[in-house]
Amino acid sequence: MSAVIALRGPAVAGSQGTLWADHPRLPSSPWACVNALRSQGRADLGTLAMPTSRDEAWRFTDLTPLGKLSLQPASGSGRVSAADMAGFQLAEAATRLVFVDGVHAPELSGPTANTGGVLVANLPTALAALAAQAAAVEQHLGRHQPLGSDVFAAFNTAFLSDAAVIWAPRNATFAAPVHLLFITTQAGVVSHPRCLLIAEAGSSLTLIEDHVSLQSVACLSNAVTEIVLADQAKVRHIRVQRAGPQAFHIANTSVSLGRASHYRSVSVDMGAQLSRHRLDVVLGVGADCAVDGLAVVAGSQLADTHSCINHAQPHGRSRQLHKCIAGGTARAVFNGKVKVQPGAQHTDAAQMSRNLLLSTRARIDTQPQLEILADDVKCAHGATVAPLDTEEVFYLQSRGLSDSAARDLLTYAFGAEIIARIPVPSLRQQLQQRMLAQTGSRP
Amino acid sequence: MIHPNSPVLLEVRGLCASVNGIDILKGLDFTVRRGEVHAVMGPNGSGKSTLAKVLAGHSAYKVTAGTAKLDGQDLLALAPEARALAGVFLAFQYPIEIPGVANSQFLRLAYNTLQTQRGQDELDPLEFDDFVREKMKLLEMSPEFLARSVNEGFSGGEKKRNEILQMALLEPRLAILDETDSGLDIDALRIVSSGVNQLHHRDKAIVLITHYQRLLNYIVPDFVHVMDAGRIVKTGGKELALELEERGYEGIGAEHLPEHEARHRAQAVAVAP
Repeated sequence: MSAVIALRGPAVAGSQGTLWADHPRLPSSPWACVNALRSQGRADLGTLAMPTSRDEAWRFTDLTPLGKLSLQPASGSGRVSAADMAGFQLAEAATRLVFVDGVHAPELSGPTANTGGVLVANLPTALAALAAQAAAVEQHLGRHQPLGSDVFAAFNTAFLSDAAVIWAPRNATFAAPVHLLFITTQAGVVSHPRCLLIAEAGSSLTLIEDHVSLQSVACLSNAVTEIVLADQAKVRHIRVQRAGPQAFHIANTSVSLGRASHYRSVSVDMGAQLSRHRLDVVLGVGADCAVDGLAVVAGSQLADTHSCINHAQPHGRSRQLHKCIAGGTARAVFNGKVKVQPGAQHTDAAQMSRNLLLSTRARIDTQPQLEILADDVKCAHGATVAPLDTEEVFYLQSRGLSDSAARDLLTYAFGAEIIARIPVPSLRQQLQQRMLAQTGSRP
Repeated sequence: MIHPNSPVLLEVRGLCASVNGIDILKGLDFTVRRGEVHAVMGPNGSGKSTLAKVLAGHSAYKVTAGTAKLDGQDLLALAPEARALAGVFLAFQYPIEIPGVANSQFLRLAYNTLQTQRGQDELDPLEFDDFVREKMKLLEMSPEFLARSVNEGFSGGEKKRNEILQMALLEPRLAILDETDSGLDIDALRIVSSGVNQLHHRDKAIVLITHYQRLLNYIVPDFVHVMDAGRIVKTGGKELALELEERGYEGIGAEHLPEHEARHRAQAVAVAP
């Protein structure tokens, strides 16, 4: 089977076409469901063009630099030593699943024991596990992503070979977080991190999805995460993107919320020269979600977040606070849609976009959007873009802090509000340290 | 307390300042000696808070003429943080809220910046915690205010106590309290005033900016100044505040005396047996 993908459509003629041209053949998977998904991904790629700035959803995010890269899948697994891992260890994590340049690294993963009936495994292991687990995986894998409408999600699916799978059985409560660590190590490599979380009815789980780089090399990480909450399940999801400064990171997260389920997520984008996160949440009857985000960019970085919170059923509640901090000539984009479908009465939705501009040459584009098709709802949204408040800076200076120390502290504080919502102290501390390094402060 | 031979701490001469192109201070003269407590009163818009902001170095206020010296050093040449480190402290009328920064973190950073400036060791979080808790007793503040974000969600009175807590930590030579009494209930006023009184020292001076005589029952000034249209137009002893309370600014027949003359008269009253 040939898996060489050439994208059709106008983009292929341009520089983007070279992006995928050199892919080797992908051996056929022993699992029929995987082969079927790949075919579907390939079929979708045939109808999708690479986005350009003429596409509304990509107006501010120019993919030209990505198109200039020559990318290949990982040839052999990258070398990651125990010392390399030290900086990414999270003491609270019950178990860790590591992928290096997209390839499962069992020697870096573990432990597998004592996970309270919760399955944490890579895809082949999960499909070979208990019939009920394999059936759940087959039922959900690839069913929640934006297939047919997102070229990157389709690309990930066309190359599906492995994935992180987390399955929590009915009423299982698993307090300690599951840590998924996706490490990029090699230049010119494209990897397709893939994650599927299935929380059966009444279960409760915390997932950390962590995208990191070992060194600063130009590479592409193209992630797809599908999260399914059955009725009354509770999931906390922390997504961290701290890739190296030359990396490209594209992520599609799709979340499906069953009746009266609870989903809390914090998403932090700090790394990569270009990052794009698309987040889709669909709420069932009485579902409750809080999705918060922070993008911190400096230099010439770009971070783009597109979210869509879709109230498909009545009595749903959603909260969203998204913050961007942009310095240098960096650019941040936030496009947050809240949809209330016909019949989704008694929806309660609130969205806020707050943005901090640290330089006159930085740019932040924010676009909150409400699309309300029901008449008995409570929806609020707002957006602010501002530099640091001079009164706040003066207050700190009047206590002896230098102008730069005052600005650093205020910048740190602006981001800290989101980081404080991460329920994992060691991760919170790592991110605060990185914020400090990035803002130069020392509180 | 007036000590006639006490050295001059702050000397302001002919100070003119504007904000957004509007002249607010118009030739202000003001002298503060070590050990003294001064009250600056005056109607809204007379320039009281502008004086405070100008002395602390707020960049929105442009000094267009005049001088201000602290122990003979040109204060106006210093950046705001350098003024703070030189011993000028401004208790804000509206203290700023800083969500995301723990009060303890902020207080320790301010304290350690000063320690470094003085060539002394910084306090680590544990040492600082003991130190600040002692100071908080002075203001009857609960230690829970250490863990909360700076001023966030504090009541008006709690914010003012937090300001005076900073004064207690930084031990300024010149403390300017800008309407610290506004928004305080009687109990809070008593606590804050008692804190300020305990921090006062014959080597330091306090300038109280206030609208109300009430504060001056608790923190008794050596001098009361009345500002109008950007200048000090009358200076007297503490009884001037009572007179103002009774007769209003219109009724006191404010006249613009040369400062040394006014000071001489006030001092004569203040030191009389």
